[in-house]
Amino acid sequence: MGMTMTQKILAAHAGLESVKAGQLINAKLDIVLGNDITTPVAVNEFNKAGFDSVYDKSRINIVLDHFTPNKDIKAAEQSKTCRQFACKYDIDNFYDVGEVGVEHALLPEKGIVTAGDCIIGADSHTCTYGAVGAFSTGVGSTDMAAGMATGMCWFKVPSAMKITLTGKLGKGVSGKDVILDIIGRIGVDGALYQSMEFVGDGVKSLTMDDRLTICNMAIEAGAKNGIFPIDDITREYLDGRSQREYVEYVADDDAEYTTELTIDLDKLEPTVSYPHLPENTHVVTEAKDIAIDQVVIGSCTNGRISDMEAAYEILKGKKVKKGLRVIIIPATQAIYKECIKRGYLEAFIDAGCVVSAPTCGPCLGGYMGILAADERCVSTTNRNFVGRMGHVTSEIYLASPAVAAASALTGYISDPREVL
Amino acid sequence: MKANGKVHKYGDNVDTDVIIPARYLNTPDAKELASHCMEDIDKEFVNKVNDGDIMVGGFNFGCGSSREHAPLAIKTAGISCVIAKTFARIFYRNAINIGLPILECEAASDAIAAGDEVSIDFDTGVITNITKGETYNAEPFPEFIQDIIKAGGLMASIRK
Repeated sequence: MGMTMTQKILAAHAGLESVKAGQLINAKLDIVLGNDITTPVAVNEFNKAGFDSVYDKSRINIVLDHFTPNKDIKAAEQSKTCRQFACKYDIDNFYDVGEVGVEHALLPEKGIVTAGDCIIGADSHTCTYGAVGAFSTGVGSTDMAAGMATGMCWFKVPSAMKITLTGKLGKGVSGKDVILDIIGRIGVDGALYQSMEFVGDGVKSLTMDDRLTICNMAIEAGAKNGIFPIDDITREYLDGRSQREYVEYVADDDAEYTTELTIDLDKLEPTVSYPHLPENTHVVTEAKDIAIDQVVIGSCTNGRISDMEAAYEILKGKKVKKGLRVIIIPATQAIYKECIKRGYLEAFIDAGCVVSAPTCGPCLGGYMGILAADERCVSTTNRNFVGRMGHVTSEIYLASPAVAAASALTGYISDPREVL
Repeated sequence: MKANGKVHKYGDNVDTDVIIPARYLNTPDAKELASHCMEDIDKEFVNKVNDGDIMVGGFNFGCGSSREHAPLAIKTAGISCVIAKTFARIFYRNAINIGLPILECEAASDAIAAGDEVSIDFDTGVITNITKGETYNAEPFPEFIQDIIKAGGLMASIRK
């Protein structure tokens, strides 16, 4: 029996000829990641277990992105714990305020994560890096601690869901709509414990930013990871960027897939997930009467330059609806600078938006855009659980940057195709 | 190893944001985290939970964030075991790694009601509902995972 792309990467990192779904393995890690919330717990476990060295200081990444610039004294103490650990072990990729970006935008941008890697991160959206052809999955702080100490992690080899993409996305439709549509079809546990293997002719029409967004939300369907095959778009993205030589793994023709799904990209429409689960999807035209109080454009899901561009194309020369708070957060300093260079920032501010330094802030109800009781937000983030962005009676509607920007102009959830 | 206690029951897709809201993640302190456990869906949980009590959920328990603070808050609040139909995968790993016993059992999740007294034998996977006089069988963990649990969690197992 052949192997999927995920299984091939896992077999290679476990030093095995082949692996099969359900097998428990110990695999060698190329990259270990943590943030300012999960790292302090990992540091505690690392110290408690009596470790006094890390397996490879060049492979550990600590990114202070969630509650930074620090929102309160306790958050500052957590950052301090991370800083002291990074200093003690001379961690190469330690990102503090000034250099920091939202982790899952930052690591691909810097070429730290690359094709063929086996990656764990103490952050559920670590699955993002499947976009560049890596096996990458979210774990907890104790896994991070063990990973930092030994460079190894245990995995159950996942069975696979094959998602065949055909056609090409239409105007006003993006990677966010692809993944929301998939989650709407299969549910928030539709791919539980599985890998989501994206294949088909439609792949070549998706930009790297689209792929990053799609893999980012694989976890919202319960998946262990999402992964795209390597093609010219991947190579163009990685060449000159990847800090290490990359390895291209290809799925076997006779690889086993437990479930299969086909998505015709031509037929996709801008999609919105209603509260309080990402699976509650509707096409945007069904959502048009819903009045909103706030818009957030940013996050590890949709804070990249193409997301900023999508918002700019709609907001330039216009004014956001009076009474609406519109928060735009470029995900990294490089994206922020590019927004300045291209004139996006001026256009956003002139339109009545506020632009923040890179942070995860509002996505998880940390700070920088908390919702009051009964308020509604259209957000380009990834979760709309009860209380996720603030008060338990507040509501989050997940959507693409284009839908979010179009909604910013009207104060109601709006179809970007009408304003483009 | 055995557990015995009163049941706190919840539905499908209990997510990590309701187990421990991110607004409290500015501390790694287990006791402080436990004092806010479940507060967004069950404000009374922290007042009514007793040491040894059992939590029961439906499908996809612990979905969402990777925060280990979630199983840690549940464990520190006094819960001795979580039974669910299925667990989200990161929660599953985290629970094993920190030594919070969990069991997957659809029949138990369906039949057990809030307030029932339940006892669990982890060696056999047998769940006994003392209130209703019923028993249910949970799948035992694979040996590899049992070894982690027996060692006292992941850090202890890699240190050996």
